[in-house]
Amino acid sequence: MAKFGLSQPLRRIEDPRLLKGGGRYTDDIALPGAAHGHVLRSPHAAARIRSVDTAAALRVPGVLAVITAKEWREEGLGEIPCIIPLKNRDGSERASTPRGALAEDRVRHVGDPVAFIVAETPKAAKDAAEAVVVDYEVLPSVTDLDAAHRPGAPPVWDHVPNNIAFDWEAGDRAKADALFAQAAHVTRLTVVNNRVVVASMEVRAAAAEYDAGEGKFTLYAGTQGSWLVKNLLAESVFRLPPEKFRVVTPDVGGGFGMKLYLYAEYALVCMAARRLGRPVKWTSERTEAFLSDTHGRDNITLGELALDKDGKFLALRTRNYANMGAYLSTFAPFIPTGAGTKVLASVYDFQAIHAHVLGVLTNTVPVDAYRGAGRPESNYLVERLIDTAARELGMDRIELRRRNMVPRSAMPYVTAIGQRYDSGDFAAVLDAALRKADWAGFPARRAESARRGRRRGIGLAYYLEATGGSPTERAEIRFAPDGMVEVLVGTQSTGQGHETAYAMLTSHELGIPIDRIRVVQGDSDVIPTGGGTGGARSLYSEGQAILATTATVIEKGKQAASEHLEAAVADIEFTPQGGRFSVVGTDRGVGILDLARIQRERAAKGEPATLLDAAEVAEIRAHTFPNGCHIAEVEVDPDTGLVGIARYIVVDDVGHAINPLIVRGQVHGGVAQGIGQAVHERTAYDPESGQLLSASFMDYALPRAEDLPDIEVELIEVPCETNPLGVKGAGEAGAVGSPPAVMNALVDALSDDGVRHLDMPATPEAVWKAIHGAKAA
Amino acid sequence: MYDFAYHKPGSVADAVKLLTADPEARPISGGQTLLPALKHRLNRPTALVDLSGIAELKGIRKEGDTLTIGALARHVDVAESAEVTSAIPALARMAANIGDIQVRNRGTIGGSVANNDPAADYPAAVLGLGATIVTDRRRIAADDFFQGMFTTALEPGELLVAIEFPIPEKAGYAKMRNPASRYVMTGAFVARLRSGEVRVAINGAGPCVFRQAEMEKALSANWSPEAVANIRQSPEGLNSDIHGSAEYRAHLVTVMAKRAVAEAG
Ligand SMILES: Cc1cc2nc3c(=O)[nH]c(=O)nc-3n(C[C@H](O)[C@H](O)[C@H](O)COP(=O)(O)OP(=O)(O)OC[C@H]3O[C@@H](n4cnc5c(N)ncnc54)[C@H](O)[C@@H]3O)c2cc1C
Repeated sequence: MAKFGLSQPLRRIEDPRLLKGGGRYTDDIALPGAAHGHVLRSPHAAARIRSVDTAAALRVPGVLAVITAKEWREEGLGEIPCIIPLKNRDGSERASTPRGALAEDRVRHVGDPVAFIVAETPKAAKDAAEAVVVDYEVLPSVTDLDAAHRPGAPPVWDHVPNNIAFDWEAGDRAKADALFAQAAHVTRLTVVNNRVVVASMEVRAAAAEYDAGEGKFTLYAGTQGSWLVKNLLAESVFRLPPEKFRVVTPDVGGGFGMKLYLYAEYALVCMAARRLGRPVKWTSERTEAFLSDTHGRDNITLGELALDKDGKFLALRTRNYANMGAYLSTFAPFIPTGAGTKVLASVYDFQAIHAHVLGVLTNTVPVDAYRGAGRPESNYLVERLIDTAARELGMDRIELRRRNMVPRSAMPYVTAIGQRYDSGDFAAVLDAALRKADWAGFPARRAESARRGRRRGIGLAYYLEATGGSPTERAEIRFAPDGMVEVLVGTQSTGQGHETAYAMLTSHELGIPIDRIRVVQGDSDVIPTGGGTGGARSLYSEGQAILATTATVIEKGKQAASEHLEAAVADIEFTPQGGRFSVVGTDRGVGILDLARIQRERAAKGEPATLLDAAEVAEIRAHTFPNGCHIAEVEVDPDTGLVGIARYIVVDDVGHAINPLIVRGQVHGGVAQGIGQAVHERTAYDPESGQLLSASFMDYALPRAEDLPDIEVELIEVPCETNPLGVKGAGEAGAVGSPPAVMNALVDALSDDGVRHLDMPATPEAVWKAIHGAKAA
Repeated sequence: MYDFAYHKPGSVADAVKLLTADPEARPISGGQTLLPALKHRLNRPTALVDLSGIAELKGIRKEGDTLTIGALARHVDVAESAEVTSAIPALARMAANIGDIQVRNRGTIGGSVANNDPAADYPAAVLGLGATIVTDRRRIAADDFFQGMFTTALEPGELLVAIEFPIPEKAGYAKMRNPASRYVMTGAFVARLRSGEVRVAINGAGPCVFRQAEMEKALSANWSPEAVANIRQSPEGLNSDIHGSAEYRAHLVTVMAKRAVAEAG
């Protein structure tokens, strides 16, 4: 889209503030007189609560309140809800797993909140927590996904047989089955998509105050959109009108989906602030974060791929067991179903797809959206299946992909699972990646590694993402008295660089210098609605709202300029370059900032004026399909099983890149998380006790700088046809393409050892066992 | 963290007096192990006796065939010391690869050896070189010092003052890190002393650092990586956790020993 020549790699304008410690996060907010909350959490994976005795805790000096489920119920408070309705295959509704903020008669995972203690200091609150006496009757628990849905597994909820919360399907089963019956070859593979802990750099925190006069709560919390949290607090917990809540999201240090939701602690600080008549604050500790932030992934999926004799894909069938944890989290049932299955076709042409998804309850931390949310899981399955099929058929894995890719000429293309792809040039992206990676030159690199006693492998994954989220978005532009132009948005940056992107866009449309633009986000009293940030939706959704709003500003500006310049509106033209309204064919004109100021001053004096301020809500009619090719080269030390990532290449089509520097940064971060999932991050529960064994960074391995190679990113811009900016969501993509690329490379590296498949995470011991196990077999 | 009293004595004698008077008091050096334990409320000492102001615990000296390192020498001091680098380069390299830069700038050799974490680095060097632990009241041979998981020969209130390392003919160290904590999952320190004695100490693999007699014998006969390549460590009694089974650690013992010998040259 030549019209939007915005492709400058502008450095992020928020970075100096954030990097120099100028950010203001929730824990930085010091409300005068605030008391401190501490959550007492279940030490058991499953137990019946016989009684809770708070008397001793209440006697600890400095303690102000000890809140349990009893107080919650006495105040008539409701649920921390799951908002996704879902129908089972038999037409019935999914199981429900109702919960208030505090466990009442049963605890269902280690970390389940049992009591909220509020005191003058965090220390006093902790001391008191140790004095709360909870009489638990420990019950059998089940944390393992594969074990939980088997007959005889301990029930997480008594009313949910076999712990299956839902049993859902999509696609055309009969057609898929018929194609399988006539297939020349069927490849079957079961893959584990490992559970990951989100581990945002900033832990969650919340602070609340209550204005008794107005009956209004103000909650400060690190969310991914204040409005969802506000609405759920109002509707589901307090059952009060939404205007009784103001939710303010300050700077947020990483969300990745995990910070989208209303968490128990946010409701508890509000409740406690009202009870005590003073502000209450809570900040998570790191191990608490491991035990209470939603986790991601955790699927075991059987994939079946039917091919004809020429290697053409006929049909795909999947049966996916998805671990939901102990409670259905806010969006959880949507992740493996609607969100995940819609990309099962990826970039390939299938005649039929059938997906079967079973949501399984276990005594673990609830699972919900994590960067990519369902789409990485589907892409991982498909790309591992294709590599396996190629090996089984003795076919080149690139050729097999090429033979089945949807050609650009077929766009718009409707997939076998019903998604309409507006644009994409998959073959061109694939070719560019192969060139950039010097795929052809790999044997020489493998030989060089072999001379050093290392096994080198190369792997490729083509991914396709379908972005998603709220179907509308709002923007407002205000010419503020201090001379700044404010852009009020309904999305929420958790570090992605929104301030820069939106300022660039606004500057480009209105000709206002970037340093005169101030992006405002996160305060639900200042911004009435917003869809928040998730599903890589921000730029294409908010961007459309900003375009609609700048168009209105220009319309209003023309009206104002016609009055100011004494010319007919039809004769006023606006030139974004320089931001000037002028009378056609004359040198008479006025700059947009001057015009806005003049109008504001007139209005202030009570004179007739046409203010340039505007707000618009854009309807987001279609989502976008970013896609790309990841190529990884790994080197394995066969003596230790240690996997190193030797090279990493990405060629991405995220449509028009408004700021390629930000896109690359997003891809780097996503790839780092994907490499983490593939070879480092293992969430381990003890099968007997249900304890989370990897509940701190002592045992949970995140990738470090030394584990990551240079990530080379090239962008091929195939403009999106369904939004005027031509952009596709770039935020999640890196985490979608990387796990299959790395694992395909790893299996390639170990293929001479007889390894056909390896599950994530490929930790040193797992790799060592695979090599030696395959040898022994 | 629970409340505790804080003392900062200026001499070993004063420190020992404080520690003897109150059996629930604990010495603190770099705090890199003790402070996290306090923060997590895993430990509840009545008082902390801060050793950082005691001059007798500081310094690194080379005298004849012996390198003496004061208990308060931080990992960064050992890593950057010209004496250590020339006398026992493997020890300097070991120090340079402990934890991260913040840990190396605070953590001390005395704290590490007194703590005897099975996954710590230094115990392998102390045992592998047959060093002598000097305390406020006696001298303890390395072979008698490390007694079990987090257990040493130190009596309550006894302070580790310095460690005397014999300068070896050659020494080498190799470790496989725990993928999460980056502590040692399995390490091997090998040394050939000027007396001709060969020692092999294995850390990370078991509940306590230990000597590998079979490897010592093989290396005495033939100092080369190949000499240990086929010696299998029994997995029995080794640690097993989510990062590595006893079998895996047993296998790593051989791999790390081979690499340590290669590094020693
Ligand atoms: C993130 C992180 C990573 C780490 N990684 C590694 C690693 O890879 N390898 C490794 O070996 N270590 C590692 N450590 C531990 C680090 O090396 C510690 O510094 C060391 O174990 C203890 O030294 P300290 O001076 O901090 O002792 P402190 O924490 O002060 O004390 C430790 C214990 O020793 C006692 N003590 C201290 N000094 C004396 C003394 N002079 N006499 C008697 N008792 C004493 C204390 O009472 C306490 O019980 C890591 C630590 C952290 C926080």
